[in-house]
Amino acid sequence: MSVPHEILAGLLNIVLGLAFLLVVAALLTWVERRLLGFFQDRPGPNRVGPFGILQVAADGIKLLFKQDWIPPFADAGVFVLAPAIAMVTVMLAMAIIPATPAIGIIGNLNIGVLFFLAMSGLGVYSVVLAGWSSNNKFSLLGGMRAAAQMVSYEVFMGLALLGVVMLAGSFNLTDIVHGQRHMWYVVPQFLGCIIFFLGGIAETHRLPFDLPEGESELGAGFHTEYSGMKFGMFFVGEYIGIMLVSAMTTVLFLGGWYGPILPPFMWFGIKTGLLVCFFILLRAALPRPRYDQFMAFGWKLLLPLTLLNILVTGALMLGLPAST
Amino acid sequence: MLSSVRTLWYTFLHLFQPNVTVQYPDEMPYLAPRYRGRIVLTRDPDGEERCVSCNLCAVACPVDCISLQKTEHEGRWYPEFFRINFSRCIFCGFCEEACPTYAIQLTPDFEMSEYNRQNLVYEKEDLLISGTGKYPDYNFYRVSGLAIPGKDKGEAEHERPPIDVRALLP
Amino acid sequence: MNATFDLSAIIAVLATVMMITRASAVHALLYLTVSLLAVAMVFFVLGAPFAAALEVIIYAGAIMVLFVFVVMMLNIGDEAAALERAWLKPSIWIGPSVLALLLAIELGALAATGGLARPAGVVVDVQAVGIALVGPYMLAVEIASFLLLAALVAAFHLGRAVMKGA
Repeated sequence: MSVPHEILAGLLNIVLGLAFLLVVAALLTWVERRLLGFFQDRPGPNRVGPFGILQVAADGIKLLFKQDWIPPFADAGVFVLAPAIAMVTVMLAMAIIPATPAIGIIGNLNIGVLFFLAMSGLGVYSVVLAGWSSNNKFSLLGGMRAAAQMVSYEVFMGLALLGVVMLAGSFNLTDIVHGQRHMWYVVPQFLGCIIFFLGGIAETHRLPFDLPEGESELGAGFHTEYSGMKFGMFFVGEYIGIMLVSAMTTVLFLGGWYGPILPPFMWFGIKTGLLVCFFILLRAALPRPRYDQFMAFGWKLLLPLTLLNILVTGALMLGLPAST
Repeated sequence: MLSSVRTLWYTFLHLFQPNVTVQYPDEMPYLAPRYRGRIVLTRDPDGEERCVSCNLCAVACPVDCISLQKTEHEGRWYPEFFRINFSRCIFCGFCEEACPTYAIQLTPDFEMSEYNRQNLVYEKEDLLISGTGKYPDYNFYRVSGLAIPGKDKGEAEHERPPIDVRALLP
Repeated sequence: MNATFDLSAIIAVLATVMMITRASAVHALLYLTVSLLAVAMVFFVLGAPFAAALEVIIYAGAIMVLFVFVVMMLNIGDEAAALERAWLKPSIWIGPSVLALLLAIELGALAATGGLARPAGVVVDVQAVGIALVGPYMLAVEIASFLLLAALVAAFHLGRAVMKGA
């Protein structure tokens, strides 16, 4: 009876991990609004419960009790599928993050980095299909922007990762963190780190790169027609996406769970949390670029830079074999 | 690129600045005496109504939310009814500026929510207060030349007695 | 492991059949994506995780998204769906289906007689793929890179803003 025990433990791990993720994602909505408030010299939501933390519950209840409405002109099947894809892909990608060697669902996957890229690639479908199935001009425009943006920035994100993969000699995230025991990869791969993070913002279509949503010109872009919990699923997906990019940056560039004194999982939590706060700071501070500027920035600046980064990294690794 | 980083830094610094928000229901905000809130009708220092139903407020009102009807009693004019529909009122204060007798005044009170829209139509009894509002000493009939019972022509403040035009003596 | 393989393979076949029979282009593309994901799963079970990941990243994550993108831009309406349905006549699909059925029978016969060896279970990892690419398949990689470079230059040329009077 040893095998069922293992399966049970694995299932428990997955269920607990996902529940934890959902709770943190819900809390993140509150954290974001509070922090945005502080950046703008106002308190943010602070009325429901201590420090307003029950705002999360209030919002959840509100979203759950809203009418589950599908527009009559929408393609119903795809319309329902899209938010599910948004949530499932990021949650699956989250499974490969090793918080510590012991905590994590499949932190030891030998193609971890590739799995992350695959899932973020599939995440494009959620916005594209949401935009298409809404059967609405603004949604369609949002979906098309999303497709172009995410497919493009996926390229730079993947290429920016390669420097780290070359240094670590592995796609396995646990091995990559082990490789940073003495020096975080952000030092030799500073450019890669910046580009990866920019690509991550574009992948999660967060501000300032939220062109698919662009309230000022597209209404709300791809989720114009969504309401109730389907809208909530997009949002949970977005917040888990923020955590995912932050956690990936931590694992790949900021030394994962390594740090003095405090226990490993706390170091991982602190680094990820600070990056999440940085996401919110970006939202508070920066305006949205124009669409053509944004694409030109990607293809004309980031792509050559990432290729140069890979070239220099490879050349240095060949030239200075002792250092790696 | 550098300017973006500078923006980020300045926004970050705002984290350490005090909030400007006033926590309204717990902590009342300071409203200046000239705040444009709920409209009242005031009385003069003698306790009589100031309003002389000249209709200037109703004319000045851009949303036509004031309606009134004149009546007369012992030489003084009064509004028979005076009605303000606060569901239309935009609190612009034009009525206050138009009023020649300081009767209509806006007060620093804005908490006038109702569940029933009809309850936002205020009648004269709801509008009339017992005080003088922002101008404690002003009394229209005491400074105007109009004769009323107890005050003949020429007996108002800063008013000379009327000139007898039939007397030729200088 | 065998159950996973069989399940993925069945899903791949079913999704492909659905993809062929759909009238709406986007629905067909979605089934094709599911089919590709199932094939990626088959690769993974067969011990080629790198190929599986590339299948998802490149086919499902990039190429199919471009297909969906183009289909979205074309604004295919109900007329196109009706046309699709009109094209899907027995006289069109009966020939390929018979051929496919023959292949399936052959496969079934092989499986029944034990002619199909189970996959060896050797995991082809990333290093092995990389070494193979720059080792025995060097020439193919170089030719492919020529092709891509040519495509890149051509795309740049076509995408350039046209000068006035040129």
